[in-house]
Amino acid sequence: MKVVEAKGLPYRELNREVRRLLTAGEERLLLRGINGQRYIGAGLTGAARLEIEGTAGNNLGAMMDGLTVYVDGNVQDGAGNTMSGGEIIVRGSAGDITGYAMRGGKIFIQGNAGWRVGIHMKSREQSPAVLVIGGKAGDFLGEYMAGGTIVVLGLNTPLHQEREAANPLAGNYLASGMHGGAIYIRGRIPAWQIGGQVRSALTTPDKNAELKAWIAQFATGLNLDCSAFQRETFTCLTPEGNRPYARLYDHSA
Amino acid sequence: MSERKEDYHQSYEGKIRIPSGCAVAGLINKAGKRVNGRTIGEMMAVMHERSNGLGAGYAAYGIYPEYGKAYAFHLILTDDQTRGEVERILVRNFKIIEQQEIPVRRTGRYKKAPLLWRYFCEPLRPDRESAIEDLLLTTTMRINRMAPRASVMSCGQNLGVFKGVGYPEEIAEFYRIDQYLGYSWLGHGRFPTNTPGWWGGAHPFSLGETAVVHNGELSSYGTNKSVLENFGYELSLRTDTEVMAYAIHYLRRQNLSWPLVAKVLAPPHWAELERMAGPERELVAALRRIYGGLMMNGPFSIIVAFHGGLMALNDRLKLRSLVAGASGADLYLASEEAAIRQVCPRVEEVWSLPAGEALICRAEEESACHVA
Amino acid sequence: MPRSLIPPEFLVARDEGRCLKCKACVRQCGFGVHTDDQGRGISIDERRCVNCQRCVVMCPVGALKVTANPSVGRENAYWPASRLREIWRQAENGGSILTGMGCDRNYPVYFDHLLLNASQVTNPSIDPLREPMEIRTFLGRKPEKVSIAGPPGAERLADPLPPVVQLEIPVMFAAMSFGSISKNVVLALAQAAKRLGIMFNTGEGGMSSVLAPYREHMIVQVASGRFGVDNAYLEAGRIIEIKIGQGAKPGIGGHLPGEKVNEEIARTRGIPAGADAISPAPHHDIYSIEDLSQLIYTLKEATDYRKPIAVKIAAVHNVAAIASGIVRAGADIVVLDGLRGGTGAAPKLIRDHIGLPVELATAVVDRRLREEGIREQVSLVASGGIRSSADLLKLICLGADAVYLGTAALLALGCHLCQKCYTGKCSWGIATQDPSLTRRVDPQWGATRLVNMLTAWGHEIKEFMGAMGINALESFRGNRLQLRAVGLPQNELDQLGVKQAGEAM
Repeated sequence: MKVVEAKGLPYRELNREVRRLLTAGEERLLLRGINGQRYIGAGLTGAARLEIEGTAGNNLGAMMDGLTVYVDGNVQDGAGNTMSGGEIIVRGSAGDITGYAMRGGKIFIQGNAGWRVGIHMKSREQSPAVLVIGGKAGDFLGEYMAGGTIVVLGLNTPLHQEREAANPLAGNYLASGMHGGAIYIRGRIPAWQIGGQVRSALTTPDKNAELKAWIAQFATGLNLDCSAFQRETFTCLTPEGNRPYARLYDHSA
Repeated sequence: MSERKEDYHQSYEGKIRIPSGCAVAGLINKAGKRVNGRTIGEMMAVMHERSNGLGAGYAAYGIYPEYGKAYAFHLILTDDQTRGEVERILVRNFKIIEQQEIPVRRTGRYKKAPLLWRYFCEPLRPDRESAIEDLLLTTTMRINRMAPRASVMSCGQNLGVFKGVGYPEEIAEFYRIDQYLGYSWLGHGRFPTNTPGWWGGAHPFSLGETAVVHNGELSSYGTNKSVLENFGYELSLRTDTEVMAYAIHYLRRQNLSWPLVAKVLAPPHWAELERMAGPERELVAALRRIYGGLMMNGPFSIIVAFHGGLMALNDRLKLRSLVAGASGADLYLASEEAAIRQVCPRVEEVWSLPAGEALICRAEEESACHVA
Repeated sequence: MPRSLIPPEFLVARDEGRCLKCKACVRQCGFGVHTDDQGRGISIDERRCVNCQRCVVMCPVGALKVTANPSVGRENAYWPASRLREIWRQAENGGSILTGMGCDRNYPVYFDHLLLNASQVTNPSIDPLREPMEIRTFLGRKPEKVSIAGPPGAERLADPLPPVVQLEIPVMFAAMSFGSISKNVVLALAQAAKRLGIMFNTGEGGMSSVLAPYREHMIVQVASGRFGVDNAYLEAGRIIEIKIGQGAKPGIGGHLPGEKVNEEIARTRGIPAGADAISPAPHHDIYSIEDLSQLIYTLKEATDYRKPIAVKIAAVHNVAAIASGIVRAGADIVVLDGLRGGTGAAPKLIRDHIGLPVELATAVVDRRLREEGIREQVSLVASGGIRSSADLLKLICLGADAVYLGTAALLALGCHLCQKCYTGKCSWGIATQDPSLTRRVDPQWGATRLVNMLTAWGHEIKEFMGAMGINALESFRGNRLQLRAVGLPQNELDQLGVKQAGEAM
C-alpha cells in the first residue's frame, strides 16, 4: 500500500497526487495526516481503495463513481455529495448534507450524521444509492427523496417506549417532499416528526430482506456485529404517491 | 490669473470627447545623437493642412540629461493656487528637487495661455524602484482628476511633452522647442472635429516612459476605457488618444515586449492567426484572448516613443497613412512623405507602413539615450 | 360537477363553406379543441383553446380563425381580464397559477430605449461583405497577465491558459431540459449548435444518450436536483453550469410536472416515472457564498480543472454584489438571467413580479466588476428575452461577452408563444413528451431553421459593427459609448451607464 503524507498539504496538491498515483495503477493508497483537505476522491472512477487517517474535509467522494474510501476518523460536511457509485465507509461521524443527491453507491457511517442528510437521493438500476447511519441523524433526513434507501440504526441509543415520544434517531421534518425510495429508522416514529404525504409502516430486518441485507453490508464494511438488531422494530417510510405537490399548482391550460 | 482661468473654461467646452483627424511625425537618431527640436517643427509645418489650429504638441527624449534620474513632471495649470494643490499631491510620494515655469513666449494669442510648469522629482523611496510605474500612474491620475484645472503632460525621466492649442508651428514657437536637443522626437498637429480643443487634450499623451501621437479615431474607446478602469486608469482628458497611452503603459507593466504590445493593439485576424506556426499562434492567440479589450479598433496610425526607441503602427485595415524614411542613423516617420523630404532631402529609403505591422526602431547605443 | 364560470379566452371560428371535413384540425390540436362528432361534423370546445394557431396554420383551406374573446366581463384598466380569469381559476382549483415562457407584463423595456451609433466622416464605416469582420468570442477565465518564456523575438507561452470555449457567434442556446422540451427539440438545438460553432445547454435534466455526438458543443447543467449528474455527464460537457436561479422564477425551485416524466426521462433523471421532478429552491449544499465556492471547486476537482465553470443566477435587486461574490468564489463565467427569461413551468405571479431586466443587470454587474478590477478575469453571459441581433449587441455594449437564447430559439422551431408549456400538450411538438406531438419537430428540419435564424443574426451583427467602424467583437464589449438612450430619466441612465441621445462623445 502506497502512503501519502498529507499533513499540511493543500487539497489541490493532495488530490493531484492521488489522481496521479491512481492513474499510475496504484490500487491502495493510505492518506496519512488528513485534516480538513476537501474534495478527496471527487469525480474519481475505478476500483481502488483510499484509506484516510484523520478528519476528511468537505465533499469527500463528491461525484465519485467507483473507489472505496475508508475514513478512520470523522468526515465533515457533504461526504458523497452527488456520488454515483463506490463506497464511503466512515469509522466516526459525518457532517451535514451527507449523501446529498447521491444516485448510486453506498455510504456507511458508524457514528452520527448531521442535518439534511440524504436529501434528494435517487437510484440507479445497476447500483441503487444506500446510506446507512450507525448512530442518529438530524432534521430533514431524506427531504425530497426520489429513490434509494436510508437506514438509521442508533447502535448505542436506547429508545423510549411511549407512543408519541420523539424518536431520538431522527429529527423533525423527516422525509418531507419524499417521492421515491425508502427510509428505515429503528423504533417507532410519531406522525408529527414526519413530513406530509409519507406512508409509515413497521417492519423488522427478519421480515424485510432489503433492510436485512443493508444492515449486513454495513456490519461487514465496518467490521461490526449487528446481529442483535435482527428482531428490532423499524419504521419504514415510503412516499404515499409520487406527486407530493400535484395539487399545489393549477396545471390546467 | 482670473482672466486666464475664464478663458480656459471656455476653450474646454464641457466634458466632451473629441474625435480628431491629425498629422503625426517622429524621428530618432539611432546613434543617440541629439537633434534640435527645429527639425520636428519643420516636419510638422509641412503638414499644416492636416491640422486646424486647435491642438499641437511635441515629445522630446534625451532633453534633460543634467537631471539624471529625476522624473520631469510637465503640467498644465490654471493658476498658482492649482499649482499649490498639485504640489501637495506630488510631495506625498516625491521629493521636488527643482521646479520652474516652462520657458514660453507669451505673445499674441498666447498672452492668455495657461500656467505651464515643470517639476523635477525623485521618489521618496527610491528603494522601491519596481513600484515607480504604479506611483507615476496614481500621481498622474490624482492630478488629472482635477482636469481641466490641472493635467499632466508628461512625467518621465529625461523626457518632456510640450503641447497646447494652436497650429504645430505656433506651439513650436511658443515652447521654443528649438532650445532643446533630443535624440528622439514626436510631433502632432490636431484636427479635432466640431468643437474647439483644449490644452490638455492636445497630443502627445504620455505616461511614464512612453509618449504617443495618434492620427485617427478609436471606435473601441468605450471598450478600452472600460477595461483599463479595472486597473486604476481613469480617463479624464476626454480625447480618445488618452486611452492609447494608458493601454500601452498597462501592457508594458505586464512585461510585454514592444512587438507583443503591437500584437495586442492591432492583433492579426483569427484567419491569419490560424495560418501561423504553432508556438507563435499559441502566444498571439493568448494575447488576443487575454487583452482583446485593449485592441484598438477604428482607423489609426500611431507613433510611440520610449527610452531608446520608437514604434510606429497602423490599424489592421490600414485606414490611415504612415510613411517611414531612413537616412544613415536617422529614422523619420510622418503622415506624409513630404514631411520627411522637407528635413532630409536625400533620404535613402522611403516606404509606407503595412496594416497592423509594427516598425520598431531602437537606438543602437541605447545606453547613451537611456538614463542608466 | 358544477360548470366553470370562466368565459373562453379565445374564439374559434370555422368557415363551414371552406371546411373540407378533413379533420386535420382534430389531429393537430394537442388540447382537444376540435372533435369529430361522428357524422355530425366537427365540434369546437373553445374553452380548451390556447390560441397556439396550430390548427389555423395547418388547415389546408384556411377555414379556421382564432381570435381573442373580446367580451370577458367588465374588465378595466385596474382589473384586467387576465386577473379576473386567474381569480376565477383559483376559486375553482385552489392552485397557484402556472405558466410557461417569460414575463409578458408591460414593464419598461430598456432595449427599446437604447440606440446604437454609426460612423460618419471622422471614422469610416466598414463593409462587412468585403472586409474581415470578426465576431468570434471566448468564454472562460482569463489570467491577469500573460506568462511568457523564451528570448525576445522567440517568445512563447510559458503556462497554458485556463480552459475556454470558442463561439463563432456570441450566442448560445439557453438551458432547456430534456423533459421540459422533447428529445427532438434538444437534438435540433444540438445539431444547430454544432453547425454554427456555438453551444447548447442540456438544462438540469441530465443528458440523453442521443446527445453524445454533440458533446463538443454541450454545456451541462448542475442544478439543485442534480438530475443525471454523474461522472460521464460532467466529462461530456465543455462547460459545467451551476444553476442557482432562473429569471422566470428567481428563488424558487424547479418543478417538472409528472405528466412530462415518461420512462426515458425518469431513467435519465434517476426518479420514478410519473413523479414530479422537483429541484429544491436552493442547492442544499449551498447556503452561503463560500459554499458556492466549494461546489465550484468540487466540480473543478472532479474534472481535473479541464472545464470552465459557469454560475447562472436570476437577476435580482442585489445582482451586482452577488455577481462579484460569484467571481471571487472561483466561477469562470457568470450568467445573468433577466426578468424576461422563459421557463417550461413557473408560478405566474413569481414569473411576473420578481427580478430585474437583463439590460440593467448586465450594466450594473459589468460596472461593479470593473470597479473591483475583476471584470477582465471572467466572462459575462446575459440571458432572458433577447429578441433580435440588436438586443444582443446592446447587451454586449452594456458589458456582456455573449448571450443565451431560449424563447427566440423555440420560436424558430414553430413556437407561437401560447405559454402553456407546463401542460405537456404543446401542439407544435416542442414542450411535450407525447410521441404523437414530438414527431412534429424533425431534428434536422429544426436545426436548419435555427441555423437560418442565427446566420441572419450573424450577418446583422456584422452590419451593425461595420456601420460603427468596428471589425472585432472584442472592441464592442462594454463599449457604452456606442449607445445612447431616448426617453429615460437620469437615474436610469446612470444605472445603465449610458448617455442621453444628443450628447456627444
